[in-house]
Amino acid sequence: MMIDCQARKLLFETVAQRVIASADELTDLDRAIGDGDHGTNMRRGFEAVLAAVDELSAKNLGESLKGVGMTLVMRVGGASGPLYGTLFMSLGKSLQDDVTCEQVADAFAAAIEAVKARGKSDIGQKTMLDVLFPVLAVLREGGVGLPVRLKATARAAAEKTIPMRAIRGRASFLGERSIGHMDPGARSSALIVDAVADVMEGLA
Amino acid sequence: MSENVGIVIVSHSADVARGTALMVEQMVGREVPLGWCGGDPDGGLGTSVEAIMAAIERAWSESGVAILVDLGGAETNSEMAIEMLPESRRDRVVVCNAPVVEGAVMAATEAASGATLEAVRRTAEELTPV
Repeated sequence: MMIDCQARKLLFETVAQRVIASADELTDLDRAIGDGDHGTNMRRGFEAVLAAVDELSAKNLGESLKGVGMTLVMRVGGASGPLYGTLFMSLGKSLQDDVTCEQVADAFAAAIEAVKARGKSDIGQKTMLDVLFPVLAVLREGGVGLPVRLKATARAAAEKTIPMRAIRGRASFLGERSIGHMDPGARSSALIVDAVADVMEGLA
Repeated sequence: MSENVGIVIVSHSADVARGTALMVEQMVGREVPLGWCGGDPDGGLGTSVEAIMAAIERAWSESGVAILVDLGGAETNSEMAIEMLPESRRDRVVVCNAPVVEGAVMAATEAASGATLEAVRRTAEELTPV
């Protein structure tokens, strides 16, 4: 599939708008088990993406993804800046404008590894990785109805962080008390996957 | 004699970072290059990669720079800032796993004696319970 300038703009705008619209929800989740700034931080980062969206999407897919990542790194202001920034910058490293689903899955796998390294974290630790990994598995399957499966998987994966105990990040200070709350990073990852899948489906 | 190792203090709070820097200056003196920053890009509680890079620049020493951080995001953002430095500088900046205030004072004391970056880091990290 061809991801041209117009498609890139729609993609970045949709992702940014969805994150911004859910900022309060993310902050509420973070207030329960973190320091309550995830929504504010993500809103600041994605507002900067939105402000520069024309300039960002004018570059080819690889460069524009790197640009989005860099904007998040510089503007978010919390740990999620480098984490999401690394995800987008890593995706930008290998993707051409004309991509196959397999290439996207490979790039996504590499990006997840980069996020793991950046956060010194792994699956099962109540983080965004608990959404990204299952999403990668679905991406690998490809096939008909992919966007619908991506959305369902991301949503269910975020829900599954509720009974988990946090091992990384500030939520880990709470130990047992982190159990019973959805991880805000898992939720924001699910929101982003949802937005991308809606664009794929032509729903955005 | 080579330059003393520089110290950078990164806190979520500009007040904490500034206060820690003042303590270092008073207790250790000014012979250690010092940089500090605190607050997110809008000035709220948080950290900023751009501000950390600027603090590293202010504290730059050819002998290297040791960064002291408070909580999670400060560490992640500091690691990101190091990666964005020119390649020739990247391997001369380390993040110390130590409490920010005590770590900064101990690290600066060690740095003031002309110790290497590794020795400065070790001294700060001795404060961390194993």
